[in-house]
Amino acid sequence: MVKVLILRTAGTNCDEETKAGFELAGASVDKIHIKQVLKNPQIIHRYQIFCLPGGFTYGDDISSAKILALEIKHWVIEELQRFKDDGKLILGICNGFQVLVKSDFLGGFKVSLVENTSGKFEDRWIHLKINPELDSGQKSKIKNIWTKDLPEVISLPVAHAEGRFVTPEKVLKELKTNNQIVFHYVDKKGNPALHYPENPNGSLGSVAGICDETGRILGLMPHPERYIFSHQHPEHREPAVGMQIFKNAVEFIVKG
Amino acid sequence: MAIRIEITKKDNIEGDRIKKAIKDIGIKVKNVFTKDVYLIFGNLTEKEIRIIAEEILVDKVWEDYTIEEDKGPEEGWIEIAYNPGVLDPVAKSTENIIKEVGMDIKAVKRIKKYKIEGENIEQVKQRILYNKLIQHQVVKKEGLAVPPKYNFKPIYVPIFNTDLITISKQMSLFLNEEEMVKIRDYFKEINRNPTDVELETFGILWSEHCSHKTFKGEIQNSEFRIQNLLKSTIMKVTEELNKPWVISAFSDNAGIIEFDEDYAVCFKVETHNHPSALEPYGGAATGIGGVIRDILGCGKGAKPIANTDTFLFGNLDMAYEGLPEGVLHPKRIMKGVVNGVADYGNRMGIPTVNGGVFFNEGYTANPIIYCGCVGIIPKKLCKKKVEIGDLVVLIGGRTGRDGIHGATFASGEMTGETHTQFGSAVQIGDPITEKRMMDALLQARELYNSVTDCGAGGISTAISELAKDIGVIVELEKVPLKYEGLSYREIWISESQERMVLSVPEENIKKIKEIFFNEGVDATVIGEFIKGKKIIVKYRNNTVVELNTEFVLEGMPTRKLKVKRPRQRSGCPESKVNEVGAGFSLRNIEQNPLSVLKTLLSAPNIASKEWVVRQYDHEVQGGSVIKPLLGDAAVVRPLLQISNLKSQISNRKGIVIGSGISRLKDPYWMAVSAVDEAIRNVVAVGGDPDRIALLDNFSWGSPEDPEKMHDLVMASKGLYDTAKVYETPFISGKDSLYNEFKTENRTLSVPPTLLISAIGLIPDVEKAVSYSLKSKGNSIYMVGETYTKNRLPTTKDRKIFFSLHRAINEGIISACHDISEGGIGVGIAEMCITCLPTGKNGNLGARINLDNIPSSTPQFCGVDLLFLESDTRFLVEVKDETRFKEIMEGIPIGRIGEVTEEPILDIENMFKVSIKEVRYIYENSLKKLIE
Repeated sequence: MVKVLILRTAGTNCDEETKAGFELAGASVDKIHIKQVLKNPQIIHRYQIFCLPGGFTYGDDISSAKILALEIKHWVIEELQRFKDDGKLILGICNGFQVLVKSDFLGGFKVSLVENTSGKFEDRWIHLKINPELDSGQKSKIKNIWTKDLPEVISLPVAHAEGRFVTPEKVLKELKTNNQIVFHYVDKKGNPALHYPENPNGSLGSVAGICDETGRILGLMPHPERYIFSHQHPEHREPAVGMQIFKNAVEFIVKG
Repeated sequence: MAIRIEITKKDNIEGDRIKKAIKDIGIKVKNVFTKDVYLIFGNLTEKEIRIIAEEILVDKVWEDYTIEEDKGPEEGWIEIAYNPGVLDPVAKSTENIIKEVGMDIKAVKRIKKYKIEGENIEQVKQRILYNKLIQHQVVKKEGLAVPPKYNFKPIYVPIFNTDLITISKQMSLFLNEEEMVKIRDYFKEINRNPTDVELETFGILWSEHCSHKTFKGEIQNSEFRIQNLLKSTIMKVTEELNKPWVISAFSDNAGIIEFDEDYAVCFKVETHNHPSALEPYGGAATGIGGVIRDILGCGKGAKPIANTDTFLFGNLDMAYEGLPEGVLHPKRIMKGVVNGVADYGNRMGIPTVNGGVFFNEGYTANPIIYCGCVGIIPKKLCKKKVEIGDLVVLIGGRTGRDGIHGATFASGEMTGETHTQFGSAVQIGDPITEKRMMDALLQARELYNSVTDCGAGGISTAISELAKDIGVIVELEKVPLKYEGLSYREIWISESQERMVLSVPEENIKKIKEIFFNEGVDATVIGEFIKGKKIIVKYRNNTVVELNTEFVLEGMPTRKLKVKRPRQRSGCPESKVNEVGAGFSLRNIEQNPLSVLKTLLSAPNIASKEWVVRQYDHEVQGGSVIKPLLGDAAVVRPLLQISNLKSQISNRKGIVIGSGISRLKDPYWMAVSAVDEAIRNVVAVGGDPDRIALLDNFSWGSPEDPEKMHDLVMASKGLYDTAKVYETPFISGKDSLYNEFKTENRTLSVPPTLLISAIGLIPDVEKAVSYSLKSKGNSIYMVGETYTKNRLPTTKDRKIFFSLHRAINEGIISACHDISEGGIGVGIAEMCITCLPTGKNGNLGARINLDNIPSSTPQFCGVDLLFLESDTRFLVEVKDETRFKEIMEGIPIGRIGEVTEEPILDIENMFKVSIKEVRYIYENSLKKLIE
C-alpha cells in the first residue's frame, strides 16, 4: 500500500481533509508531528509521499510558513533531499507550498510567495489552466504526473493572504521554458488571468503552482483537498477534480 | 544593547492601505511608507546577526534590510510598539526560533515604522496608527521591561460597620446593596473580614455576566407574576416540547443535539460587545477564541467544525464630528472586528460559515459582536463529572495581567473614561496557542473526567464551577505566568486567553502531560478536587480564599426587577408593512418601483456582504456544502473519522446553521419574527423542520430601567410563543445587558437586539439547495401567504415548512430563497444576481407577474406587494410542477413567473432591468462604503 506522510505542527489545519483525499485515492496516511521528525528525520523514508498541508504554521509569524521552513531547512533538508533522490513525491499545498519555497525545495531561493495585492486574506473559487507537459531534462517531453487525466481548465478554491508569486523575470522565463509552471490562474475563457479577482493575489505570470525539474515536487496555492466530493463545489459540479490529483500521485507510486 | 534590523518590502501595499484609511477620516496625505523593525536583545557576533537577518527575518526575494545598533526612533518616522506586558505572539515566535537554531538572545521586540508625508499627523496617529490601550509611540530607545517583584501580603477588607456600596464601587464589584449585605452576613457568621480576592470572587461569580441574575430574577406587578424569567419562557418551551434528540440544554457550555447514531452536535453563541468597542481587533478575536473554548469545553470536548458571526455597527458614512468622546468610528470598528474574527478563526482552521452584518445609528457607541461555534462530539463523550481526588490541571496559555475585571466590566455601562479605567480589560488573542491546546485536548478526551473553559473571571470561575457539589483546593503559585510580579489576586481573576481547566484522575496525569508536551503547550497541576463543600485557594501556603461552594455558586439573592410598559418607541419600524429594508420607509418615497429596488439593493443592510465574507476561510475542513453568499443558511457535512471510508461516503447527513434578527420596534413581534427567519433560513436550504434547535442571544440596555425590562419580558414571551408553535426547543442562550454608553449629558443605550441562531439537520447534503437560479424555463413559485399585520404563526405555517422540506428532499426544487429584508423584489433580484456569469448556466433572468401572489388582503398591490416583508414566505424555482403541486396541497402557493434565458429581471407591468446593472449595485455598494 502506498504510504503518505502528512507533516503537521502548531497551526497546521488542512491535514484532515488532505488525509481524506489520499485515503480515498487508496493510500494509507499517517499524520506526523514535526517534533517526531526532528527527533528522527529517518522516519520519512518509511513513506513514498511527503505532504505539507495547508494552514498557518506557527501563526505565519515573521512571514507565512517561515518558521516551519526554517526548521526543515536546518534539520530535515538532507533526509528530504534523499527522499527526493529516491524518486518519491513531495506535495505542498498553500502553506505547504510556502514551506517548499522558503526552505529552498522549490525555486532555489529565487521565488517567493508574498502578501496578496488586495492586502487581504481571501477565500474564492478560481479557474486554473493546467500544463500537461513537463520537460524531463533530456529535451523530451513527458506527461506531468500530477495533472494526468485532468481537463485543460479546472476550478479549485484558494484561501490565503500571502499567495502572490514573485520572482525576477529571468527566473520566470526559465520556469516557463522548463515547463515547470504546472498551474496558471486563467479567466473564464482560459486566457491567463492578469487582473483581480481571476488572478486572486496578483501573482506574476499568473502562476498558481510550480514543480521542480523532476516534476516530482509540486507546490500550489489552490486547495485540491477541498474538492474531493462534488458537493464541495459551489454549484455541486462533477467530477471533483481535486480528487484526481491525489489519485495521480498514488497511481504514480503504484506503477513505480 | 539591542540590534535594530529594519525591513522594507519591494511593494508598498501596507502604506497604500493606510493612506486610504487616512483619506477615510477626511485627511489628505501624499504618501505613506512602512517598515518592520525587529530589536534583538543579546550579545551576538556579527555573523550571528547576519544569519538572523538574512535567514530568519528577511525574504530576500521581496525585502531589503539594514542592520545597526539601536539608537531609538528615526527622525521623520513614527514608530509604534506594544506596551510592556501586552502579548506579541510574533516577537515570541521569533525569539523561540532564533534560540532553537542555537543563538543565545534575551528577547525580541517588534516596532512598526510609518512615514507620513502630509499634514495633521497627530490626528492620524490617534485614529489610525495605534490604540493607546495596547500600544505606544516609541520616543526613546526601547528597553526590556523588568517586571517588579511581588511581595506577598494578604489584604483583608474591613466589611463591618462601613458603607457597603462604597466598597462595591471602589473595588469595581458592581454588586448592589442587597448582595453586599448578604456577603457581609456570611462573613459575620464565620467571624472574619473577607480578603480582597474573596470579594472579587463574589463580584465575578455574582456578576450579570456569569450568573444572569436578571433572567433569573423575580418580576411581580399587575401585569406579570414571574418567578424566573428564563425558566418561565425560554427554558419552559424546551421542557414542554421534551424532544428526545435534545441531549443537553442550558446546562453545559453549549447546547447539544443528536446528529446520528454515534455523534452529537453542539452550538454556542456569545457576545463580546464591550471589549470590541474599545479594541475592535483584539475584542473580536478573543470573542471568537472564547466561544471556540466553549465548544472545546462542551461535554468532554467537542471538535469545532464551524464558526458564525453577526455584527451590528453604527452607520459607516457617519461624520467624525458626531462621534461621542471616546467612541471609535464605525468603519474602524468594523474593519478591526472583521480582521480580528478572520485572523483568529482562519488560524484555528475553523470555517466561518454563517452570520450577518447590520447597520444602524443606535450601534455607534454600542456595537454588537456575536460569535458562535458549532462542534461535533461522539455521543459517549457528552457527559462529564468531576470526581473527588481528581487533579486540577490548567492547560493552554500562560497567565498574565490581561483582562483583569472583564466580567464585572461587561456587567456595567461604559463611559468616555472606560478606556483609561479599564485598560487592562482589553485582551489580545493568540490563536496558535489555542490551536495547540485544541489539538492536544482532542487527543486526550478519554483521559480526564471533566473540562471547562476559562472565560470571564478566568480560573476563579472555571474552577469554582467545576467544584460544584464538592470542594477544591488550589495553589496559585503553581500557575505558570507570562512574567513575574503578579499578585495572588491577579492570578486568581486574570482573564488571560487560551486557557482551560481539566479534572484528571491521578493515574492519567503522566499521559496527559505527555500529549500536551508533544503539542508544545502547558498542562500544569495546580490543585485537587476534595471532599467537603469548600473552595480553598492558597498562595505560598497562605490561605487567601476559603468559601463555601454552595454559597458562592447559589447564595446570590434573587433580583427583584421592576417593569413598566413603555410609552413610545423610536427609531424602529412598527410592523413589517410600513418600512422595509431595515428602516427604509416606503411611505416617504416616490412610488417608482425600480428606483425603490435599486435603493434597497444598495442599502448597507441588504447589499452583498462579500467584502466581509471572503476574508473568512469558509471552506477549511472540507465540509462546506452550501456556502455563504449563495444560500440562506450554511450546510456543513462534517468529515468524520475517515477510517471507515464506506460509512463516510454513504452517510451524507449534514448540519444546517441559520440565523434571524429583526429590527421591529415591538419586542414581542421582534422575537416572533427573528425565530421565524432563523427557521425559514434552515428550511430554505433543505434542513428538516422537525430537527431544529434554537439559541437566543439578547443584547439589551440596562435592566434597571423598568421599560427596558418590560421589553425583555415581552421578547422572551415572543420567543416562547413562536418556538412552541414551531416545536423548536431552545438549547442555549446568553444575554448581554448594560449595553450603554454614558456621555457628559446623556446615556446612549443600545436598541434592544435579539439574535436567534438555528441549528438543524439535513438528511442528504446532495439535496441541499442554494438560492441562485439554475435553469431557464423552470417555474418560479411563491410559497406562503403575504400578510399586512404582525401575527403569531400557527400550525398551518409549520405545515409550510414540512411540505417545502419534502419537495426539496425529493429533488424537485432547484433554488429556494426565504423572503426577508426587501421582500419579494429584493429576493428575486438576489436569485438572479447570484446566478453568476461564471456559472455553468451562465446568466439567467426572471419574468415575474405579481397577480398570483397568495395574499391575505387581495387589494394589496404594486410597490407594497413587491417589497413588504411579512414572515414565513419563500421563493422557489421548481423543476417538476406537477409533483410540486401535489406535495404543496393545502399550502398557499402561487406561480408568479419563470426563469428566462435573457439576463433581465422583468416585473410585468412595472419595470425591466438588466441583471448586470442590479448586480453591480448589489455587489459594490458596501465595498465602496468600507474600502
